[in-house]
Amino acid sequence: MISGLFAALAAVAVVAAGSTASLAASKSKPPQKLVNYLVINEDSIPEYLSGRPGDPKQGRKLVISRKKGNCLACHKMPIPEKADHGGTGTDLTGVADRMTESQLRLRLVDPKRIIPDTMMPAFYKIQGLNRVLPKFKGKAILTAQEIEDIIAYIVTLKE
Amino acid sequence: MKIYQTLVAAFSVAAVLSFAAGSAVAEPKDPDLTDPRVKRYIVGEKYSGYVVNEPETRDIQDDDFQNPAFLWVEQAQSLWSKADGKAGKSCESCHGNPEVSMKGSSASYPKIHKKKKTLLTVEHQINICREEYMKTKPWKWESDQMLGMSALVRMQSRDMPVNVNVGGEAKPYFEKGREFYFQRRGQLDLACTHCHVDNHGNKVRSEKLSQGMPTGFPTYRMKWQKLGSLHRRFRGCNKNIRAQPYKQGTPEYTALELYLMWRANGLPVESPSVRK
Ligand code: HEC
Ligand code: HEC
Repeated sequence: MISGLFAALAAVAVVAAGSTASLAASKSKPPQKLVNYLVINEDSIPEYLSGRPGDPKQGRKLVISRKKGNCLACHKMPIPEKADHGGTGTDLTGVADRMTESQLRLRLVDPKRIIPDTMMPAFYKIQGLNRVLPKFKGKAILTAQEIEDIIAYIVTLKE
Repeated sequence: MKIYQTLVAAFSVAAVLSFAAGSAVAEPKDPDLTDPRVKRYIVGEKYSGYVVNEPETRDIQDDDFQNPAFLWVEQAQSLWSKADGKAGKSCESCHGNPEVSMKGSSASYPKIHKKKKTLLTVEHQINICREEYMKTKPWKWESDQMLGMSALVRMQSRDMPVNVNVGGEAKPYFEKGREFYFQRRGQLDLACTHCHVDNHGNKVRSEKLSQGMPTGFPTYRMKWQKLGSLHRRFRGCNKNIRAQPYKQGTPEYTALELYLMWRANGLPVESPSVRK
């Protein structure tokens, strides 16, 4: 994907997602420390966030769970045992034919980097949010491993 | 009450993006706007939540004898003529018959109070009457008395078109309300507009999104098993996206109510409505 060292350097951004400074300073609940990740060509995150591959079985559970991914709130997916698939997002059946694993990862972690006015939440982000309920403040919706579990599941969505 | 209990059991679910259990049947993207039953709640491009209601829910709303909101309205009817407070007055002492004096009134709320020079909802005005003219304690926003009384007042404008003024002194409030409507908030980082403008007619989980119109409040919601205010609905929509809600009656929600009523201008008042 990356052609030449110069292009690679120009296109790579390391995102420091957690904030170590405020962690030391704050008295109350410290914000969760997110792992740093690499975004290539403003389009993909090539590396596992958690350093290891996810579990697709676990991922399938997470996309259903209302308290976790709740992807079914907005997307149709090939999960026939659930009747309540929403329709505000794209049908994800066959999404892995359209996108690579790395592209899917950025779309879960921070979809606003690709479509700024999207309805889809950023599942691994704590900054730039407004009036978050105290219970959820400083926490990403999913953990790095949960992101990988979901990725491991959605890369199987081929037609 | 038995039938409501059953419906409530069938409908109530609380979760992130709290969506109720529903049918597995694939539905068309848009609600059926040609159904003669829903016509009176469609004006041009605008339609009320009645249109996305299940037919059984509409049946209950359409029959005042079945609509549980009328339990609160009946209570308010007796409160209307009951003297309360140091001034020894009732609503009736100043306003006579509500069917005459309140006709059409709520269709232009929220509005700027002439003396106080600030934006007020029907609920605020009811409490001004209680405190200043009756010399008695204000009702809590979400109390049975306030819900019933605001339903009784709003009902006197049933089927009349919403007609709020957003110019002049109301303008800054309107701007504030609009800003609120487009502001992303919460851990899920969504604004009202994402659901009720961009996606009405689409489903979130099994719940079909409406345009989020304010015309039916206070509403009897199966999930609540009671009458509830528009500001309670705001709190629900805020909490579903994991955003810190405001309190009922705050300037933020009052300005938001004005913006919503402006969106609804022309739609008929349908208070008290029934929703799942
Ligand atoms: C609140 C709504 C919402 C939720 C929840 C949501 N999405 Fe999305 N998603 C969208 C929308 C809307 C789009 C289409 C992009 C756009 O137009 O903004 C999208 C796009 C996508 C895409 C790109 C699809 C394509 O073909 O371009 C992927 C992949 C995706 N979502 C995966 C997920 C997964 C996995 C989850 C759960 C962890 C999830 N989404 C949760 C609304 C949502
Ligand atoms: C994640 C989606 C979502 C967001 C964001 C959202 N709502 Fe809602 N809202 C719903 C759902 C689902 C319902 C119930 C079905 C319906 O009537 O749309 C609802 C209902 C309503 C209703 C009741 C409509 C009726 O006829 O009874 C109002 C009013 C409303 N919303 C206003 C708002 C406002 C104001 C905001 C922003 C502060 C907002 N909503 C944000 C999902 C959302």
